[in-house]
Amino acid sequence: METGTSRVKRGMAEMQKGGVIMDVMNAEQAKIAEAAGATAVMALERVPSDIRAAGGVARMADPTIVEEVMKVVSIPVMAKARIGHFVEAKVLESLGVDYLDESEVLTPADEVFHIDKWDFTVPFVCGAKDLGEALRRIGEGASMIRTKGEPGTGNIVEAVRHMRHINGQIRKVQNMSKDELYAEAKNLGVAHDLLLEVQQLGKLPVVNFAAGGVATPADAALMMHLGADGVFVGSGIFKSEYPEKFARAIVEATTHFRDYKLIAEVSKNLGAPMKGIEISSLKPSERMSDRGW
Amino acid sequence: MKVGVLALQGAVTEHIRSIELAGAEAVTVKKIEELADVQGLIIPGGESTTIGKLMRKYGFIEAIRNFSENGNPIFGTCAGLIVLAERIEGQDEAHLALMDITVARNAFGRQRESFETDLGVKGIDEPVRAVFIRAPLITNVGNEVEVLSTYQDEIVTARQGHLLVSSYHPELTDDYRLHQYFVDMIRAHNASIS
Repeated sequence: METGTSRVKRGMAEMQKGGVIMDVMNAEQAKIAEAAGATAVMALERVPSDIRAAGGVARMADPTIVEEVMKVVSIPVMAKARIGHFVEAKVLESLGVDYLDESEVLTPADEVFHIDKWDFTVPFVCGAKDLGEALRRIGEGASMIRTKGEPGTGNIVEAVRHMRHINGQIRKVQNMSKDELYAEAKNLGVAHDLLLEVQQLGKLPVVNFAAGGVATPADAALMMHLGADGVFVGSGIFKSEYPEKFARAIVEATTHFRDYKLIAEVSKNLGAPMKGIEISSLKPSERMSDRGW
Repeated sequence: MKVGVLALQGAVTEHIRSIELAGAEAVTVKKIEELADVQGLIIPGGESTTIGKLMRKYGFIEAIRNFSENGNPIFGTCAGLIVLAERIEGQDEAHLALMDITVARNAFGRQRESFETDLGVKGIDEPVRAVFIRAPLITNVGNEVEVLSTYQDEIVTARQGHLLVSSYHPELTDDYRLHQYFVDMIRAHNASIS
């Protein structure tokens, strides 16, 4: 009997496919998310749009919130640790959190090293803007990848950019000759064997979700069309006018992303979505997607 | 012969691959009409609360019950097992309630307790590699249910006529013998009605 094997960790992410993982800040929101059909919840002290508004240093959530959420739902509970902050990650693992997110939404704790994720029994998800980042995280032991997008903006443009970019890079790699692949591994700053695996599979060796700016059912369906295995919705649900309705609608649009009539149906009378931010209005220092490397 | 994989949420592509390795054709089933084209159905692993909700919303409870009534084989893995059970511990309501078993969800604990192990299964010669992820257990079975394997004295594989369930994920390995077993169940059913 073996726990924490790659198969067990990556398999856990496979079970989330086609699903919606929702950010929640308390037990009540967690119950709403579960009732709406979320496949997992991310327990946080503040959703990304509030983190943006508050400024300052954003850290791991208070363990009380994480425990409270774990107590009330039967679906998996995820939580975020700062980039490089392996103690926050160990603390969250000790609480029994099911999945850890080494997240650029929080203020990075280390500007050189990401967490050695092989050193954990619990699996990790990490953000990526391109294939190099994705494979570096997988090399460090991540069992799931998500686009970085631009969290807390309600603006899908960055998540679209990252998903299209990664998929385009994978297609390019698929056509490379043996010698080109060695050079590309050097260009991307990744291990050659991982790149070879991508070439053979035609996709990342782990599940790849969309995250960072998903605000509507149509946004979720768009990301599924672009090849996402599922979606994370951060501020989009509990910053909308009617969170419960919004959450249900996003779940259904994710499952039936090719059924436009159905998406039209679930998008009716949803009330106001979260207020969005135009990316160009962000200062470089406000861009969370530039954190991590 | 075509095998459907219920594609509302969860590990769908892995089951399709395993069925293909077992030498049969596999297709996704997202709408109830698509059940008419398949002779067997796999309900995959995923989150049972999500799958159960979407099944209700889109008429799959009635449709799959009818599909089962005609004797068409159904194979549920992990969440699929929960969805097929007549009784779920700690919950008032079951989903399809087709199989005479009681299940306990997340019976081994949280993700850090998830594991893989070698498991003997009745009807399959050598042990299979069984991957348990926040897995359920069968805590009680009716008279019609045959227990195919146990892990630490707990029931993890079972069959009731045309219904097959496993707590673990055979679709996460390259070993397709349990899928082969299921394909053989469908072949036998097809032969009996032709």
